[in-house]
Amino acid sequence: MQINFTLNGKPVSVDVPPQELLSELLRERLGLTGTHVGCDTSQCGACVVHVDGASVKSCSTLAASLNDATVISIEGLAPPGGLHPMQKAFHEHHGLQCGFCTPGMVMSAVDFAKDNAKPTPEAVRGWLEGNICRCTGYQNIVASVIAGAAAMHADVKGA
Amino acid sequence: MADQNMKNPTGIGAAIRRKEDMRFLLGRGNYVADMKFQNMTYGVLLRSPHAHARIKSIDTADALKLPGVVAVFTGVDLLADKVGGLPCAWPVTGKGGAATKEPVHPALAQGKIRHVGDPVAFVVAETLEQARDGAEAVMVDYEELPAVVGVLDALKTGAPAVFDEIPDNICVDWEIGDKAATDAAFAKAAHVARLGLVNNRLVGNPMEPRAAIGDYDISRDHHTLWTTSQFPHIAKLLMGNFVLGIPQHKLRVVSPDVGGGFGVKQFHYAEEVLVTWASRKVCRPVKWVCERSEGFISDAHARDHVTEAEMALDENGKFLGLRVSTIANMGGYLSTFGPNIPTNLYGPLLAGVYTTPAVYCEVKCVFTNTLPVDAYRGAGRPEATFCLERLVDVCAIEMNIPKDEIRRRNIIRKEAYPYQTPVMMNYDSGDPLGCLDKALIAADWKGFPARKADAAKRGKLRGIGVCTYVEACGLAPSRVAIRLGVRGGLFESATVRVHPTGHVTVLMGTHSHGQGHETTCAQIVSTKLGIPAENVEIVFGDTDKVQFGLGTYGSRSAAVGGSALAKAANKVIMKSKKIAAHMLEADESDIEFEGGVFTVAGTDRTKTFGDVALMAHFPVDYPLEILEPGLEEQSFYDPVNFTFPCGAHIAEVEIDPETGFVQLLNYVAVDDVGTVINPMIVEGQIHGGVVQGVGQALFEDCVYDLVSGQLLSGSFMDYCMPRADSVPNMTVQTHVTACTHNELGVKGCGEVGTIGSPATVINAVVDALQHLGVTHVDMPASPNRVWRIIANAGGAQVGK
Repeated sequence: MQINFTLNGKPVSVDVPPQELLSELLRERLGLTGTHVGCDTSQCGACVVHVDGASVKSCSTLAASLNDATVISIEGLAPPGGLHPMQKAFHEHHGLQCGFCTPGMVMSAVDFAKDNAKPTPEAVRGWLEGNICRCTGYQNIVASVIAGAAAMHADVKGA
Repeated sequence: MADQNMKNPTGIGAAIRRKEDMRFLLGRGNYVADMKFQNMTYGVLLRSPHAHARIKSIDTADALKLPGVVAVFTGVDLLADKVGGLPCAWPVTGKGGAATKEPVHPALAQGKIRHVGDPVAFVVAETLEQARDGAEAVMVDYEELPAVVGVLDALKTGAPAVFDEIPDNICVDWEIGDKAATDAAFAKAAHVARLGLVNNRLVGNPMEPRAAIGDYDISRDHHTLWTTSQFPHIAKLLMGNFVLGIPQHKLRVVSPDVGGGFGVKQFHYAEEVLVTWASRKVCRPVKWVCERSEGFISDAHARDHVTEAEMALDENGKFLGLRVSTIANMGGYLSTFGPNIPTNLYGPLLAGVYTTPAVYCEVKCVFTNTLPVDAYRGAGRPEATFCLERLVDVCAIEMNIPKDEIRRRNIIRKEAYPYQTPVMMNYDSGDPLGCLDKALIAADWKGFPARKADAAKRGKLRGIGVCTYVEACGLAPSRVAIRLGVRGGLFESATVRVHPTGHVTVLMGTHSHGQGHETTCAQIVSTKLGIPAENVEIVFGDTDKVQFGLGTYGSRSAAVGGSALAKAANKVIMKSKKIAAHMLEADESDIEFEGGVFTVAGTDRTKTFGDVALMAHFPVDYPLEILEPGLEEQSFYDPVNFTFPCGAHIAEVEIDPETGFVQLLNYVAVDDVGTVINPMIVEGQIHGGVVQGVGQALFEDCVYDLVSGQLLSGSFMDYCMPRADSVPNMTVQTHVTACTHNELGVKGCGEVGTIGSPATVINAVVDALQHLGVTHVDMPASPNRVWRIIANAGGAQVGK
């Protein structure tokens, strides 16, 4: 079926088979390989993107359900040539090692931080329960999310 | 080097942010699964649903008729093409000089199935979906055989034989240490403590599943393999030379961005053979991407020991002798380094950081109908540490000596280094007592009784556990390793290429897949050549670009690769001094080099590193008669010894007696990793390592049905990975003594966390249950297991 949606700020019109997953559409047909697939049971969260502002696991989202939706993947999070405050925070706080879980981790964190300017470490850890990282032991990710949340809200205030 | 650090903001010791971060943060990493080539086909493996079976027939006719199916290959096709088995690169010598038994490990099963997931057919099609449909249409007629799954069962008389030609299932029966001296120590002991334990089987699970693309270029008769490998050069050597017979100059192996390895991705796998070989057969690129559930039945597994250990002590709690007998699971075939892990990387580490004068260890490696077992972060050393440090706690409990005190009585003092253990290793440096003292303070060991009493008021059982460890890493001095069985050298290489502008490209034989080498290697160059780290680019993972190298595993990259890099940089400096001497019209011996500037000693006449680099490439005024132009140097560095990080870890837990749930509340790690190149990265490595060990201790368990050989924990729904909310923030400190035998003084930090944490956490769990008469809890200390222990002991008796 034909669907029309907005992807990273640009209109997309694409014919999708009914069984196609959003992760497959992004990675295999639209060339956006920043969204990763790390499991086949919707557990790891490497595939998280934003649909209409909310974080979703793109490996469990049918592309056919996206008509008129607004989708942002990791490639579209930051303005061209720049970094989103959450990406900056991950860099500054060493919140990534191999980088494979990072796009999903960052997208998930941005959604969380929208409503949480000053989260506790426990709240961050609870939110990120659906994103598995094998490298960092999570400690620096938690620090990154707390710093990123503060920066996101400082940016809003400054604007 | 410390002086230079003070002046150099991007040199060794600086916590600079990582150079590699940007592409990962922007979603622009280049992982194998992301890659596409013109005319590419997709490969899917049909894998055995049985653990042990004979293949009576395979019918591929229906599959070949399906739309899009390009080819279907089976073991018969590999045999017809004389494709060899996957070689074992590190067999060991057993008791009485017996050789490791190395049965053939075919890339596609030939006649017999030896584990669930054993590859049976490889289907190549135009699309992934068509390849999947093709695999479903392949008809295999199996004759099921009784399976043998557990290592104890494998040794029973009459057990099914995994290999017909090895009826007792024993791969090798290995030993180390002086048995007679150890027996004599036990004969005179005032006390003997005993412990039987299981080191639970694990699946490494790097977040990026494995993937491989074969690309054969008929016009050049040239093969390229893109693979998720920590060790592209060994894939090239083993596959080219021993499996497919491709001359080394006709094979390129590339490992681009790799999403974590942890040892699991250092082995040479069947799928690498299949995509490379199939690409030649169909004359098109062939791509295979592993799914997570497929990874559970195709990645090499880890650990899986059953052990009996005993310690002989004198009346004061001094260790007199240690005797360990272990049975280690090799699985259904030998993986690349399988036999080396529970032997050479295990037995020698049982000496720990203690003065135990006699140690004897024997290990039976056995075949079972399970996935091959090989190295995973720590590889043998976490198993040794778990065995030793659990046993030390049993000694402390039985002799009523405080757990910190019994360690203090036996620990090797700083002054005693270099220290020769009774089991091969010569520790060059360390201060384990210093680590222990720091850890006890950081964890407020003395304040624990008050916290325990407070927990009891809340109905919780609180426990504290301490563990020391030593690691042998920096793999490895080639001469020693070759004597121990490895079929190759274990040196490392680096090329420093100075551009005419003074910018530098470095080619490393190691491979970074999360460790941050693009940053730390640039810091080494920054310190050596006095240029900013941002002027240095690190290249690795492509056998056509990089000279021969030996990959990343065994915490070797800084100690061996970093040393090669320092050596290559030294050569650049030596040549640069000659050029500078000519430019400055001075004698070479009068040229000093510091902070990127060449100076004629005692004068203000200088040339910068950039000036020299330019002159080397535009030799207008240059001594061409005696000196070659250009500025590029290469080094191959073979270490003279292993490196020996050591440390002390402390964990604190609370157990809910109603549910058996263990909450890890506090974790302190004090590690001596040698010189710290980047403290931020070292801390991150230790965080990740600790949590992987905590995963083994509390959550992770690879479980097979002991009768059918079916994997019961085959997905992230069943195999419990540590999550963000599973662990607390931890305290990480370093306590540095420099390695004495490499220029940088580095030891290694990649595995220390995983080596110390399983024993530390379980010691804390046992401490919480000690009043119930509990002296051991097997891993993982899951709610189910802990609840049963409490129930069997007649209830929690909180507060006693």
